[in-house]
Amino acid sequence: MWDNSLNKAAAPTLGDWKLMLRALWRIRVFEGQVQRLAAAGEVPGFPHLSTGQEAVAVGVCAHLNREDTLFTSHRGHGHTLAKGSDLQATFAEILGRDAGLCRGRGGSMHLVDAANGMLGATGVVGGNLPLAAGAAWAAQAGGGSAISVVFFGDGATGAGVFHETLNLAVLWKLPLLFVCENNGYAEFTSREEHSNVKHVSAFAAPYGMPARTIDGNDLVTVHAAAADAIARLRSGGGPYLLECMTYRMAGHFVGDAQQYRSKEELAALQEKCPIERLKRYLLERGVAEAELLGIGEEARQEVLRAVEGARAGARPDPATVLDYVYSAPSLAAIPG
Amino acid sequence: MSQTFIEILRRALDEELARDPSVYLLGEDVAVGGAFGVTKGLAGKYGERRVRNTPISEAAITGLATGAALCGLRPVLEIMFIDFATLSLDCLVNQTAKYRYMSGGQLAVPMVVRTQAGAAGGAAAQHSQSLEAWFIHVPGLVVVAPSSPAEAYGLLKSSIRLGDPVLFVEHKRLYAQKETLVESAGLPAIGKARVARAGSDVTLITYSAMVRSALEAADELGRSGISVEVLDLRTLLPLDMNTIADSVAKTHRVVIAHEAVLHGGAGAEIAARVGHELFDELDAPVTRVGCPFAPIPFALELERALLPGTANIVRAVRELSS
Repeated sequence: MWDNSLNKAAAPTLGDWKLMLRALWRIRVFEGQVQRLAAAGEVPGFPHLSTGQEAVAVGVCAHLNREDTLFTSHRGHGHTLAKGSDLQATFAEILGRDAGLCRGRGGSMHLVDAANGMLGATGVVGGNLPLAAGAAWAAQAGGGSAISVVFFGDGATGAGVFHETLNLAVLWKLPLLFVCENNGYAEFTSREEHSNVKHVSAFAAPYGMPARTIDGNDLVTVHAAAADAIARLRSGGGPYLLECMTYRMAGHFVGDAQQYRSKEELAALQEKCPIERLKRYLLERGVAEAELLGIGEEARQEVLRAVEGARAGARPDPATVLDYVYSAPSLAAIPG
Repeated sequence: MSQTFIEILRRALDEELARDPSVYLLGEDVAVGGAFGVTKGLAGKYGERRVRNTPISEAAITGLATGAALCGLRPVLEIMFIDFATLSLDCLVNQTAKYRYMSGGQLAVPMVVRTQAGAAGGAAAQHSQSLEAWFIHVPGLVVVAPSSPAEAYGLLKSSIRLGDPVLFVEHKRLYAQKETLVESAGLPAIGKARVARAGSDVTLITYSAMVRSALEAADELGRSGISVEVLDLRTLLPLDMNTIADSVAKTHRVVIAHEAVLHGGAGAEIAARVGHELFDELDAPVTRVGCPFAPIPFALELERALLPGTANIVRAVRELSS
């Protein structure tokens, strides 16, 4: 599994970049398997794929420790894996199995892996932002150097709670990293049609928060920008907004026919692919192509084993459907 | 020494802040006492890190308290009026209430939302509502509505210690009411109703400020030979059907009274359960007393005309007993 045992203090070594390439591949193959099994009717609900946005997840999470907390959006499989969650338990949750992270209660849009500091995906756009601020407040109250990170799409900037949370985070000087994955689309509507503000980073300045807009498909860029932002957070410098320009290579949800995109637009995707770009970076630094292919193949095999393990797992027992509503059974004595 | 409802709430918060370092207070103006002075002096005693002012951002501060609770704090959030909790609803309904369940028991949200509700003194349509019924429809929440200063003391402390998200509804008409705390009394269990007055002819089920009207009605009815048992629910969610069943087994008649709008109010759920689960015990249809289907008006004579009170309860019990 992705043990996230990178050297976090210094510039990444070639070995670190190879680990991160593997992490990109794990997400890419994982999402491909979600897509395949969703098409086959094995995945309940509405899974949202992060295919093409992997560099943001890996580049940011490479800097995080277990005690750092992470909140993500409805498009959160990649962030969950990048934070260190187990492939099989994550996939099992997306399939709704008993051995899933949330014992089949959450699914794709409500992944939680508390032991790894992955405190939740959310199905309500923008709803994760104040929760992450609360986790940052708890970290601040604890007095250590732990931080909180929240991933959200550009669509969330239309929600009032986005602005409320920016303001609060600055006022309370919270150790909170806002990571916007600006993929150009809010569901099926392009950014131009839903906001007059071109860049999400522009929202930070009026609140007095530092922000940057970067190429989110270039892992090297994301990694360096996240390093700067997180160093600032850990030293008590307050919140930061990182806008990562990226591209959703899949549709909004599995089965989305994507009629709102041109053929040319879809063809240009390959040029932007974060995996291809990291491979080029490593080839230029003398890593053999065969080794790079091997890394991808190893990741693929690892994911496929996890998927088969997840599929073989038991389904939840319907008799347990009322578990976990309250802390004590005496409180749950409400008739169904 | 008798103390007001506000002073007793402050004492409960003070003691919980002292007892448990993970308890934090937050909300609009709470560091300077809050709109009603409940938290007055606590920021000075515990510091503005533990008693923290927030912007007027109900959606964000509800999420903030929830996220902090997920990470081990026990926040007590003040939402100044329950009318403004409408802005907290996304978080309370979609996140706060469901986190334990959605995470398969990995996480809990031990937080209390203190809010203030009910009509008095011309607060008008957006500062007077009794919206508790909306919250009893949400699995995962606990809804507490104390009826007196002494009740509020124990119930607030129990709510803070519970480990589940609690909506704690304080009626503004009770704030100036005075009572003396019995020092040796233990803390009440969440989810247990209380027999506020024993009786044998009619069970009167109520909560919050309406308990006082119910007790006055019971006095008046007692003088004309009708013995009324008054149940103070304390907790609307969960509902203590055992205490209700014990009472109905004696009286065989039920009146439910609340200040909230009758239509779709908490009483509808209670009536449905009594009608179904205790059908064999009933000698008469379940009767409800509540607010007519209108917003709360401003002018005091209009407010008085709309709000249900002692006279409405007396009339309902007499009709049921005739």
